[in-house]
Amino acid sequence: MNTTTFLDAKGLACPMPIVRAKKAMKDMQTGEVLEIHTTDKGSVSDLTAWAASGNHEIKDQQQESDVFKFWIQKG
Amino acid sequence: MRIIQSSEVAKSVIAKESLFILDVRNTDAFEDWKIEGERVRHLNVPYFDLLDGIEEIEDQLPKDEEILVVCAKEGSSILMAEILEEAGFSVGYLLGGMKAWSEYLEPVKIADLKSGGELYQFVRLGKGCLSYMVMSGGEAAIIDATRMTNVFTDFAKQRGVKITNVFDTHLHADHISGGRQIAKTMGATYWLPPKDAEEVVFEYAALEGDMSIQIGDTRIDIQALYSPGHTIGSTSLIVDDSYLMTGDILFIDSIGRPDLAGLAEDWVGDLRESLYSRYKKLSKDLTVLPAHFMIIDELNEDGSVSEKLGVLYEQNHGLNIEDEKEFRELVTGNLPPQPNAYEEIRLTNMGKIQPDEETQREMEIGPNRCAVR
Repeated sequence: MNTTTFLDAKGLACPMPIVRAKKAMKDMQTGEVLEIHTTDKGSVSDLTAWAASGNHEIKDQQQESDVFKFWIQKG
Repeated sequence: MRIIQSSEVAKSVIAKESLFILDVRNTDAFEDWKIEGERVRHLNVPYFDLLDGIEEIEDQLPKDEEILVVCAKEGSSILMAEILEEAGFSVGYLLGGMKAWSEYLEPVKIADLKSGGELYQFVRLGKGCLSYMVMSGGEAAIIDATRMTNVFTDFAKQRGVKITNVFDTHLHADHISGGRQIAKTMGATYWLPPKDAEEVVFEYAALEGDMSIQIGDTRIDIQALYSPGHTIGSTSLIVDDSYLMTGDILFIDSIGRPDLAGLAEDWVGDLRESLYSRYKKLSKDLTVLPAHFMIIDELNEDGSVSEKLGVLYEQNHGLNIEDEKEFRELVTGNLPPQPNAYEEIRLTNMGKIQPDEETQREMEIGPNRCAVR
């Protein structure tokens, strides 16, 4: 996966992971990939719903111990 | 911006007051479970769709009424409430979000008992769980306690009563019981039906038919009320010869489902026997006090959930299915989705797993779904 932008949102509580992701996405081009790491459990369903709502595509998703990792392609 | 507690929302739901809620959770979460009330109106727009502004929903929001902003934990609702306030709306947010709502218990007095003492129902509006406290002669018994144990122990302390007996009418699958914890803290006896307790890993007192337990001056009679069906051990309690605590066997507008331990086919006969024979022999004047309600319409004017057994035999559809085959189909086919994490909840209530508080909260998210209608 070619990550264009990396966002460390570990330790941030809702709504900050999405607020940051949205900001990061703004500066990216369509087709570029945002890699985001979070620790807030709620961010999993929120990132999924947010991506769908913005027509972005989740290319990959992993969990390593307490960290959730997402690769989201800008739509 | 006002900080609004769950207790205030509970009081306004019970009083059937008008309430406008902007729920900013994901649509899936909202559709699964939300704050309900006769005059509660909702607008659900996920918070991430409002980060760039609220212009698109502005004309759907009331200008002459306070807006209650709700989310899962409260973080996004504070942010959204700030945005709405800047736009000139009158707003408040729910402190602790839906998590706090799910854990809030509203104590409602059911009655003064004939033999002295009082009976209270604890209504968990956010999840539909009902717990009870019988107080008499300086002692108290708790029935089907939720995991928010301090609500019960604080209430007893305020009233100056000592908790001596704690009951679970069955092994719960929809919520984590606080019974064992309360009994341990207070040095009380914890009662559980032995047939539901075959796999538990702790000491308990066997709750069986043909026994009666004294709470102060009030007799809690358990005689002949082994009433299986929701679980194989389900046992009902009669308090003060007047109140029938049915656990998850019989509700106001529905009946218990027999499938949460994976044995629907085996238990459907027991359920029918309990509802159509055992309960039928009891006095119609008994007031039924179930362990759950499913819909907000089941609440009485004062927020309590109760009805005479005689009335239920006239009005509850689940008690009026003559045909045994039809009954079987109702309770085994076409069942609603199972409660969230019900298998883990059963294991927790058996003492086999010990999830931390945060995990317990997550496990209980959503409606209880213990009934079939």
